[in-house]
Amino acid sequence: MKVQSAMFYFPEEVIEHIFSFLTHHHDRNTVSTVCKAWYKIERLSRREVFVGNCYAIRPDRAAARFPGLWSLSLKGKPHFADFDLVPPDWGGLAGPWIEALARSCPNLEELRMKRMVVSDENLELLGHAFPKFKALVLVSCEGFSTDGLAAVARSCKSLRELDLQENEIEDRGPRWLNSFPDMCTSLVSLNFACLKGEVNLKSLERLVCRSPNLKCLRLNRAVPVETLAKIINQCPNLEDLGTGSLLADQFSEAYVSLVCALQKCKKLRSLSGFWDVSPLCLLAVYPVCANLTGLNLSYAPTVQGQDFINLIQHCVKLQRLWVLDSVGDKGLTVVASACKELQELRVFPSDLFAAGPATVTEEGLVAISTGCPKLNSLLYFCQSMTNSALITVSKNCPNFTRFRLAILEPRKPDPATNEPFDEGFGAVVKNCKNLRRFSISGLLTDQVFYYIGKYAKALEMLSIAFAGDTDQGMTYVLNGCKNLRKLEIRDCPFGDGALLADVTKYETMRSLWMSSCDISLRGCKALATKMPSLNVEIINEWEAEMEENLNNGVAEVISNNNNKHFNNGNDDRKVEKLYVYRTVGGPRSDAPDFVWTL
Amino acid sequence: MEGKSSYGGNMEYLKATELKLAPPGSDTQEATSGVSTRPKKRAITGPNEQHTKSKVQVVGWPPVRPQRMNSFRARRNETVDESGGMYVKVSMDGAPYLRNIDLKILHGYKELRTILEGMFKCSSLGGAEGYDEEGHAITYEDKDGDLMLVGDVPWEMFVSSCQRLRIMKGSEARGLS
Repeated sequence: MKVQSAMFYFPEEVIEHIFSFLTHHHDRNTVSTVCKAWYKIERLSRREVFVGNCYAIRPDRAAARFPGLWSLSLKGKPHFADFDLVPPDWGGLAGPWIEALARSCPNLEELRMKRMVVSDENLELLGHAFPKFKALVLVSCEGFSTDGLAAVARSCKSLRELDLQENEIEDRGPRWLNSFPDMCTSLVSLNFACLKGEVNLKSLERLVCRSPNLKCLRLNRAVPVETLAKIINQCPNLEDLGTGSLLADQFSEAYVSLVCALQKCKKLRSLSGFWDVSPLCLLAVYPVCANLTGLNLSYAPTVQGQDFINLIQHCVKLQRLWVLDSVGDKGLTVVASACKELQELRVFPSDLFAAGPATVTEEGLVAISTGCPKLNSLLYFCQSMTNSALITVSKNCPNFTRFRLAILEPRKPDPATNEPFDEGFGAVVKNCKNLRRFSISGLLTDQVFYYIGKYAKALEMLSIAFAGDTDQGMTYVLNGCKNLRKLEIRDCPFGDGALLADVTKYETMRSLWMSSCDISLRGCKALATKMPSLNVEIINEWEAEMEENLNNGVAEVISNNNNKHFNNGNDDRKVEKLYVYRTVGGPRSDAPDFVWTL
Repeated sequence: MEGKSSYGGNMEYLKATELKLAPPGSDTQEATSGVSTRPKKRAITGPNEQHTKSKVQVVGWPPVRPQRMNSFRARRNETVDESGGMYVKVSMDGAPYLRNIDLKILHGYKELRTILEGMFKCSSLGGAEGYDEEGHAITYEDKDGDLMLVGDVPWEMFVSSCQRLRIMKGSEARGLS
């Protein structure tokens, strides 16, 4: 009996059971395209959906397709919004999604959102619409206040996870913690490290007391050592801890109880926070260092020199380390000798207006690559780098999947040779066959893009700034990188020729961002005409020009989505910001005045 | 006339052979003062980039999230605050160099003692009275220039009047009690 035809005789339940072994959303998307029967079975049994661009599909349609949804992940604004390149009120609204889910997906348990605008009303709705709601994860979101958090705390009877990472949250007082009902004992993970204001310490202690399953707790800067010590005493089984302010006097009771409490934490694997940490409080941490797999010191500029070295020498099982460049090349050398299991390293700049002596350079990176061959993920801000160092690093660590290097001064050449960094970054793509994410900097010509196009076959996301010479650079990338999903470019001399070099490519990608490049309105219009399945959005800051035109009676009075005033015949104007993405949802209905969909 | 011009000519010739702290051929003020190259940090980096005295701030570069940038700004503001009694010098008798300590970030005398111990790596710098068996005493110079024992006045009063700290040894210290 042929296997092919046998499949048609399987009852639906069996096919559904087979599908349950497909966990990755790519695979489930693929089987849903085989035939109508499979589409139906798949959509009704789908539990998790990931939408990488919230405008790629209309919320109603997504929610209606998957009524059995338990978990939804959404991403809103383009990545460069993190660096103030996207004007406020651009979009990425969570409201329409939560409302659509409320109508169609009553079983929702988890919602994860990144770079979206969430309001307090949205969070209220979340609390009321989903009786089984368990986990809310918000990363780099904004638009809500502690009142919204109170609503979630109050209404979600079996809340397990409230994870707030790097959000902009309006502080309306510490009362929100009181909103967790007394009968709420289900918390497993609570992270409010990004909250700027005070918290009610007694409420926090009581909440922790009645949460026996708490595994992850990340406090904000307002929580003092006294409270931290009490909390840790209550939950010695914590696996992930973010301290509050770690400022304490050696002779104080708080310090002594912190030391005792930490010694009991046998399961602690990840530490972060360390705000205002005094060298003595670092000593308190030593007993847990030997088992740590994750350590985040990137908010602790005082941890440097010998203090850092003494601490890091104990962290022999460390896999993930985030630090500031104030630890210096010397500190990184010690990391290289102590942390043999290191997989991910992030070195952030401590002085952004760097006029002082260089703190990390190529030396530190080479040391790390020599000592930590398991390294696969890097984010490195430095003042100085060389091609020869990059070549060495790429040979020492061929397993890189994420490689992001930010040389602080734009267009800076290799100081040893005065050459561009084409060969250095070229070596990375040649030697690291699994590279999925790449960010490059320093002086770069079209040559580096030739290398990327030729060798970076697994590349999914590429970030380029102040690089390249001609359209050929961008064209190499579009033609060569078969798996490219996101391309973001700023301040490069790529024009309409590059933009239009391979228009069908954009249908295979999630999105393209270009700002301060050399593209014109004509080029963007051409793209929009050729590719109706894409939204070609221009972000206009031509207000001054618009004003002038209105005054001269040249343009028509505008309504919200009518951009006729921009259409005054001058297509040669340069486009400052362009965002192109594939979508089945058509032009978005919530675009603000300054966004023009061609 | 001839003489005059030749005199002038001679002067120029003489000037060229004059001994100077500068490469031959350069006779500007800048060269003679010895500052003939700009510090590396301000080097011109690209063909089109203008040299500016301060770093040009580009929007969104370096690519760091606002939350991180703001936390650094806040910290920088704290340390440059010039209100009275911030960074004070600390000397210890016998130590080769002095230290600086920021009184504003401390919360009390115990913390001060702790930090000082850490800085000067000696055993206990004393109990409540300000000195210990070994005779170390922490003293400070107040606004009137008087040498005072640390610990007598409320912390805030101390912070606002302290000009510098001095860790004294032995017999000198006992004279204060």
